[in-house]
Amino acid sequence: MREFAYQRAARVHDALLAVAGDRNARYLGGGTNLVDLMKCGVERPTRLVDVRRLPLDGVHVAPGGGLVIGATTTNSDAAAHPEVRRRFPALSQALLAGASGQLRNMATVGGNLLQRTRCGYFADLSRPCNKRLPGSGCAAIAGVHHNHAVLGHSAHCVATHPSDMAVALAAFDAVVRYQSLDGGGEIPLSRFYLPVGDRPDLETALPPGALITAVALPGVPGSLRSRYRKVRERASYAFATVSVAAALDVRDGVVRDVRIAMGGVASRPWRAGSAEAVLRGARPTPDRLRACAEEALSGAEPLPDNGYKVLLAKNLIAAVLGELAAAEEVG
Amino acid sequence: MSPDRTVGAVGASRPRIEGGLKVTGAARYTADVPMPGLVHGQLVTATTSRGRVRDVDASTALGMPGVLGVLDHRNAPRLNPKAGNYFGPDGSLLLLQDEVVPYAGWPVALVVAETPEQARAAAAALRVTCDAEPHDLDFDMDHPAARPASTAFGPEADTGDLEAELAACAVVVEERYRTPEESHCAMEPHASTAWWEGDHLHALDANQGAFSVSEVLAALWSIDRERVHVRSEHVGGGFGGKGVCGPQMILASMASKRFGRPVRIAMTRAQVFETTSSRPRTEQLVTIGADADGRLRAVGHRAAYALSPLAEYIEACTEQAKVLYAAPAIRTRLTAVPLDVLPPASMRGPGATPGSFALESAIDEVAERLDVDPVRLRLRNQPSVAPVSGLPFSTRRLVSCVQEGARRFGWAARDRRPRSRREGPLLIGTGMATASFSAGVFPSTASITAEVDGTFTVSVGASDIGTGARTALTAVAADALGVDAGRVRLRIGDSDLGMAWGAGGSRGTTSWSFAITEAAKELRGRLGDPARPVTATVDTSALIDFQPGRERQTFSAVFAEVAVDPATGEVRVRRLLGVFAVGRVINPLLARGQVVGGMVMGLSMALHEESVRDPRTGRLANGDFAGYHIAAHADVPDVEADFVPDYEPLDPSGFNGLGEIGTAGTAAAIANAVWHATGTRQRTLPIRLDRVLEPVAAGKDTEGATEGADHAVTRGA
Repeated sequence: MREFAYQRAARVHDALLAVAGDRNARYLGGGTNLVDLMKCGVERPTRLVDVRRLPLDGVHVAPGGGLVIGATTTNSDAAAHPEVRRRFPALSQALLAGASGQLRNMATVGGNLLQRTRCGYFADLSRPCNKRLPGSGCAAIAGVHHNHAVLGHSAHCVATHPSDMAVALAAFDAVVRYQSLDGGGEIPLSRFYLPVGDRPDLETALPPGALITAVALPGVPGSLRSRYRKVRERASYAFATVSVAAALDVRDGVVRDVRIAMGGVASRPWRAGSAEAVLRGARPTPDRLRACAEEALSGAEPLPDNGYKVLLAKNLIAAVLGELAAAEEVG
Repeated sequence: MSPDRTVGAVGASRPRIEGGLKVTGAARYTADVPMPGLVHGQLVTATTSRGRVRDVDASTALGMPGVLGVLDHRNAPRLNPKAGNYFGPDGSLLLLQDEVVPYAGWPVALVVAETPEQARAAAAALRVTCDAEPHDLDFDMDHPAARPASTAFGPEADTGDLEAELAACAVVVEERYRTPEESHCAMEPHASTAWWEGDHLHALDANQGAFSVSEVLAALWSIDRERVHVRSEHVGGGFGGKGVCGPQMILASMASKRFGRPVRIAMTRAQVFETTSSRPRTEQLVTIGADADGRLRAVGHRAAYALSPLAEYIEACTEQAKVLYAAPAIRTRLTAVPLDVLPPASMRGPGATPGSFALESAIDEVAERLDVDPVRLRLRNQPSVAPVSGLPFSTRRLVSCVQEGARRFGWAARDRRPRSRREGPLLIGTGMATASFSAGVFPSTASITAEVDGTFTVSVGASDIGTGARTALTAVAADALGVDAGRVRLRIGDSDLGMAWGAGGSRGTTSWSFAITEAAKELRGRLGDPARPVTATVDTSALIDFQPGRERQTFSAVFAEVAVDPATGEVRVRRLLGVFAVGRVINPLLARGQVVGGMVMGLSMALHEESVRDPRTGRLANGDFAGYHIAAHADVPDVEADFVPDYEPLDPSGFNGLGEIGTAGTAAAIANAVWHATGTRQRTLPIRLDRVLEPVAAGKDTEGATEGADHAVTRGA
């Protein structure tokens, strides 16, 4: 078998040092994605630095009403946390929509952000893939791409990002915190994932060797309602075809704040900023919701076999916003 | 109907005899059995659908730790090219015999090493160069290579004058239906361990019939069958995918021959998907004509399926058109289309399951066109004798199934107009289908020994692939011997136990029970001195009447309720009810497990399952459980099944098989329910969400959103 070194870090600094000393080292969180990729030969680390027991877990309320979720918090714990459920219901729903109970018990918040695509060609060593082997080509564009991207893709890669959690984080303007040997830093989620461009292998703006330590969520007004809905081919244990995390704050019949992020449509969680502008300051009538949904997909460039995702995403945005608006009226 | 002759073990619900061993992990499956001196084989498979192996460069692999060697077409032991399977010669058995690659996933080499990890690492280091050739995977009913299918299962139907009847019909439905390639997905991946002792081949193997596997191995190695010993005590599911001698078994026997060690091959999940077998794609054209009063005048069923030129195979989609309905004209045509595909094999309810989807969808379309209740249409067209053969049915309790199912399901309250039921944003629909599946018996042998301690040892070459066969046969033997089941010990899963049919064709239990019952009869006549063991052995070959002059079938009626979200295309089954007529039920608990499992598989076929292949290489694009979706628990909320009283007069104990009838009717029932919910026919499986998704007009989608809101959250979680 392919051998690799394994060590468990007791302190963040130890973990940073261990990875800095080995170019092919990887941090190991829950291992729910990395270990699978090692089995099929896509990932071939020489060293795994287990960060799961670092003192980075737990959910803390920040001044201003936001939350800080430690990087090693499991998906299960994050989803069940009362403050997450109360302040950011869409985040809890997104976490619970992902994987299975067993996987959520292992998977960590930091690791979830760094999941690799589930494009079948990425895991098939016999086929070209620019994300796995830069410059080799993209087998999906002329191949099977029924569940691939309709937004933000390039001629080099049409893969989607598989995370549910990250879609909700995008809607809530989350910030990723990290540590590196050069010190700590923060990256807004909106800039965390790099555009595909001609280097789909370069996925995040995280500096080399840096370790994600937490995800910070800015506070939101209590009147902001949120919801995550994931559409998939079976009722559980499947990656999203399209998902939507939306938040809506309606006061006196007028939209004060709205957030819309989509999953399953791009190489990263796709925040629909221009669509939010259509709704902000307006009354959430069905026609206006539909116009908002149309705007969210206005830049869509579907591939030959995934055009259905455009209609699906529009319908889903209109439906989720409609549910939130209806709840406002009742509540 | 004959009454039960004994009040005994048959008819009582009992859990599996080996259930405790299985849930505690004590039951050993093929790859779990410890063995001294064991080495491990790892397959290397082709990644193109057609071509030739130019080179296998093992230089790196051979130098890696623990590696004993590499088998490829240049150095592998030679096998007998005349070896075959049930249908005749089978080229898919002839592994590593030449450089030809006939499908993507074909084994091109086997690496053997001391540990599984070493074998896998060395296999990854093997450099196989193939010259790819143009392949053809463009399945089409009218493909130039299409040819009439084998009629080994019986002749085509050609009753009456189809065209003349159609011309006289008030309503004619002619539609095309398509089903995809599917994978069996048994929980236990295929595994074998083989070793040679002199010129005797010994094996542990995951299969559905140890005896037939021993026959194939004997043929491949050109040795007497008595020199091949195959054991398969516990098998973790098969569904037809372990019905033939698997590639892992053949390669393990070759590697053991070559390296002189016991060789174990446990296939990876990806290899099970790409290398073992599949249910073939089908395209079906159904033409049904009816009078204005709902009497059928013509049933035409054309069906085509893909197969490999390596071996004959029959996907008998058109069988139910010969059985289910009375009509003056019935015509069937079955077509085989040879392509560069993974060779197909029977998959639970072969032929009947895709065939039922087409036929029973089309019947529903006739009901729609006539504006009659689909239950009533079916009841109006029941035949008094088999409509094509003209033979009487040995038993046909289909009407009871339909009526009992309709009563329990609450069918009478149904508004048959499509799109007539809404709950918030969801469209609710109900549908039903009937099904039949061929029943019968094949030759088997059984031995029963009356031991001196008052117990009985029953030996029969049966297979328990998770069905509960061991438990059912114990009850059959107990009643046949007139003793308590606790005094009966069953030995199965061993080719040395004698000739026996496998777990397949819904004929395992009837075949083995017949032999056990006859052996018990003989033994009871010979019991004398209780101080000496007495053994009776019976071979039923000469006892079976293969032309009984009656049509022998099992029947079912399946009812489904679905909820469809037209905005997302999501279809979820809410209720599924199956009522079955399968002869006398041996063990209601296990029988229910069989038919409920079959219905879940039918649900999975209706909504989820589909092998997707890369258009350029023909290689599977979703060959794992993340990509190939089978129904999850959350997809199966409420499934009920029951049996109507029935007795099969052609079986000495009144039994029929029930392993496959559960799968057959379910997909059509669900597809018909989706039509009722949405008003749109789904003629291609699976009913993916992109095939159901509708544009939602502004203003319409938020109506009732509050009411549906909780439901949406539940589904998303």
